[in-house]
Amino acid sequence: MLRAIGLGAVLYGFWISLSGHYTPLLLSLGAVSCVLVVYLSMRMEVVDSEGVPLHVAGRFLAYLPWLMKEVFVANIVVAKTILHPKMPISPRMVVFHGSQDTDLGRAIFANSITLTPGTITTGVHGQEFQIHALSAADLETDEEEQMDARCTRVERGRRA
Amino acid sequence: MDIVFDLVAWACIVAGLFFMLTGTVGILRLPDVYTRLHAAGMTDTMGAGLLLAGMAVVTVEGMIHGEAGYGFVLVRLVLTYAFLLFTSPIATHALARAGLAGGVQPWTADEEGGA
Repeated sequence: MLRAIGLGAVLYGFWISLSGHYTPLLLSLGAVSCVLVVYLSMRMEVVDSEGVPLHVAGRFLAYLPWLMKEVFVANIVVAKTILHPKMPISPRMVVFHGSQDTDLGRAIFANSITLTPGTITTGVHGQEFQIHALSAADLETDEEEQMDARCTRVERGRRA
Repeated sequence: MDIVFDLVAWACIVAGLFFMLTGTVGILRLPDVYTRLHAAGMTDTMGAGLLLAGMAVVTVEGMIHGEAGYGFVLVRLVLTYAFLLFTSPIATHALARAGLAGGVQPWTADEEGGA
């Protein structure tokens, strides 16, 4: 129930920030549509720890700056590789063992890998993440290990 | 003061265009679908990100000048980037999966020209 209220609050905040109109009629119409969406979500049984992951929201926001930094660094590396006259790429597939317990944690980790240019998650089987890397140098750093540890921390909420 | 905001905004937008262009060059230069996805990812994360950051600086400048409407624009720019961050890796992942499911062998530098 707390999750449903949280979902409603987030939806209404989103609605208000996109609307920009504060007449009583429009505000109440927005509230009605948010309640309707929450009701439908509950009937669809998607208001659970996976569909409305509010419990990790704070830790996820704390994780974002680090992820953005990694994305920035990786972008520059890939840009250099592409613009290099000889284009020194050595693409390969590797399997990385992730330490996340839940599907939500795995999704956060897999998407973080894909978001960082130079590495793409091509498949997830249980704890095994199949990764396509643009060049072998992308895998020599311990960036993936760090990302794995940080995603697990986002998922579990204690220092891993 | 305005000149500082304008310079930062233009620097972000020019840098964003640079990454957009580099990503496009990468899509043309790289050998197969999987490697091209890496280049395409650049345009989403840095290209669009820096363009949106440039626009955000302009909206902040507008807010300082007391135009409240710019606050909403700023929120929308941030939300746009947030949605990009959630959707673009899923699209990339789906394309790579589709390639593998369709039996496209990843290109490697070791054998001549790959599979």
